[in-house]
Amino acid sequence: MKMRAAHPDPAWRGRITATLIALIVLWPMLVASEFKPWILFDAQSLDATWYFLSSFFPPAHSSDFLLLMLEATWQTIAIATAGLTLALLGAIPLTLLATESLSISRLESGRMRIAGAFVRQSARWLLVVLRSVPELVWALLLVRIVGLGPTAGVLAIALTYSGMLGKVYAEILESSEAHATEALLQNGSSRLSALFYGALPAAGSELVSYTTYRWECAIRGSVVMGFVGAGGIGQRMDESMKMLAGAEVSTMLIIFVLLVAGADLVSTFLRKKLG
Amino acid sequence: MSFVLREVSVRHASAAHADLGHALNAVTLTIEQGEQIALIGPSGAGKTTLLHTLACAHPPTSGEFSVFDTQPWTLQHAARHVLRARLFLAPQTPPLPPRQRVVTAVLAGRLPQWGFWKSIASLIKPADPDVAYDALARFDLQDKLYARVDRLSGGERQRCGMARLLVSSADAFLVDEPLSALDPTLSRQTLHTLQAEATTRNATLVCSLHQVELALEYFPRIIGLRDGRVVFDSPRAAVTEAMIAALYRNAKQDASGESLPPAPEPAEAHFA
Amino acid sequence: MNSRRPAPPPVIAPATLALLLGLLALIAASFYSLNIKWGELFTTSAVRSSMEFLQGFAPPEMAVPFLIRVAEGTLETLSMSALGTGIAFVVGLALALPASGRFGAVARGIVRLALNVLRSIPELVWAVILLIAAGLGPFAGTLALAIHTSGVLGRLFADALENLPPACEDTLRLNGAGALSAFFYAALPQIAPQLMSYTLYRWENNIRAAAILGIVGAGGLGQMLKYHLSLFQMQQAATVIIAMLLMITVVDTVSFWLRRRLTGK
Repeated sequence: MKMRAAHPDPAWRGRITATLIALIVLWPMLVASEFKPWILFDAQSLDATWYFLSSFFPPAHSSDFLLLMLEATWQTIAIATAGLTLALLGAIPLTLLATESLSISRLESGRMRIAGAFVRQSARWLLVVLRSVPELVWALLLVRIVGLGPTAGVLAIALTYSGMLGKVYAEILESSEAHATEALLQNGSSRLSALFYGALPAAGSELVSYTTYRWECAIRGSVVMGFVGAGGIGQRMDESMKMLAGAEVSTMLIIFVLLVAGADLVSTFLRKKLG
Repeated sequence: MSFVLREVSVRHASAAHADLGHALNAVTLTIEQGEQIALIGPSGAGKTTLLHTLACAHPPTSGEFSVFDTQPWTLQHAARHVLRARLFLAPQTPPLPPRQRVVTAVLAGRLPQWGFWKSIASLIKPADPDVAYDALARFDLQDKLYARVDRLSGGERQRCGMARLLVSSADAFLVDEPLSALDPTLSRQTLHTLQAEATTRNATLVCSLHQVELALEYFPRIIGLRDGRVVFDSPRAAVTEAMIAALYRNAKQDASGESLPPAPEPAEAHFA
Repeated sequence: MNSRRPAPPPVIAPATLALLLGLLALIAASFYSLNIKWGELFTTSAVRSSMEFLQGFAPPEMAVPFLIRVAEGTLETLSMSALGTGIAFVVGLALALPASGRFGAVARGIVRLALNVLRSIPELVWAVILLIAAGLGPFAGTLALAIHTSGVLGRLFADALENLPPACEDTLRLNGAGALSAFFYAALPQIAPQLMSYTLYRWENNIRAAAILGIVGAGGLGQMLKYHLSLFQMQQAATVIIAMLLMITVVDTVSFWLRRRLTGK
């Protein structure tokens, strides 16, 4: 009954080729990223790591330090909140400009007038540039303009997030039911009232939930921006790292984890209540 | 001695059925090594539960149960797992990953014999495609050796599950409704192949069937189950039409969602 | 008749109103405590110095040797993101096994907690810590990306595994296969498409992250940006920023196109 026929795998040659190609691509990547895991294990770096890690415990917990941390944590939250508020103020007018379904000129000929299209397109490009530059790069530049401290952080978040919010708001408004908006515009209502009575009720909860999600991201962002001198707990951590104060770093890491978890909880709660 | 059950009862697995009482109720059976047995009975009679109990999938709620002269539920976890490698349960609709290739799905029957590294290597290059080919050929599926599982029809998938049974090294085959997606010709071929393999290996074959006439034609011993109890357990010659009619009379319609509707006239075979 | 008209429902439910007032209070407190000196931002001297700063960027440095270095930096950034994501895929999958409850509830709880810690500390913070062990350069950045992404992917993979119908794997286990073999033969092929799409999505994120990690010294374009800015070489910095923007735009376009290909027919 046994038919001793060879039944080679037709996919085998393809797999070998794919593996070879992957290895050939992997090699320059390993070189470019200076991938040398063994340097983690040479005596000197092991010593430094061990010295640093062993100072992690116990975490710093003097009341002075904790008070300082409380202040820095609040500053981080405040930077995120203020930055996002400014971003909203910037994003709303840009969204109104960029949203196609809120265009009055489109109604008349079915196509937009040239000037309207130009304004819309430039608003879109502005949004693209604002959100494509990472917030940390904005912060790095702004620190040089407005000096060290939370102002740079607030402005950096405001710039990046107005780009992000503007784009997503426009998408949400355009994908939500366009009928209501169009009917209102046709009956002669203004762009703003079309927004409030047509588009917003349809897309409100989605807008709110996206905004709270972004607030959560802004908190993470404002932690990170401290490292270029934009205030908050990140800046404190940068200072502690430079002094290799492990105990302080470990306290701050714990605060990070709690802060991110807390922001997650609050934003879930807000989405449930307002969404 | 393959299986010995003395007064074995099993509760329904899902909480939804908890109020229905036992899925198996004081079942007493002795199955010798190499016996070939058909399980028949209306839907919800407990055929699948009995097969799962034989496969050591869950412990009986009460009663004595032994497999190959050892009591599996008194063993340590690891030892029981070694015992499971000698049993092969083929579920009614074989759950195979849709994107897997047939050759891999069939060779998975060898996993209990393979070490971890060999099984990983076989994912990259099938360890023994010829064995899988031969097993598939016995169900006329050899052309599908390197096809993907989701390209198979329901019947082909079912026979793919049987091919996995052939490559396993089990001493007992526990097969649940192997013919539910097959036409009459393939049904006979499948039963024939299963029985030939069991005979060659002197393996025990327990097979649940909806097709009473095929059960009577192919299997020397018939066990009739209803409401979790053994109604009759006799050699084929002793099974009368009256016994079959009694087994299926006024059977519940709703007990099992996925199996075929119970046959109102028992002598009629059902093919899906 | 008027009395029979049902009373209009309040425009805003009291609980929502309280929540909105709370949010307003949070915003007010934020602005108040940050003490931003808006006045100083808009004085003529401040505006003039900002304009001077911005004018320093033009024209971007376009000398060929410098462009080659920027291209190398871009390649370094892409390599960091790809390797970091690749390592995170393997580690994430390994951690997803206990995190999906395959080794008991205790292991599940512990590993899930660890995954949460890994992913709630941002890549940049990991990079700062790793600089001590791995030294300045792209290797620290790669590891930082790998650690943070392991946390993210580990959790996503674990959720995917927990949502998988267990029948396939149970059948193999019941027939005597080992736990790991059954995982590789039944669970993995079922969730593979999901794993791939999560991983590609994270890779896209990690390219952005890799671009900025260098600002703390962990290699890539960010490190060049930081270097030239600190030497006030604004024209070079402008080129690096343009390279970053180009890279991010290209990646976005490619992934948008790929995703439409994959989700379309």
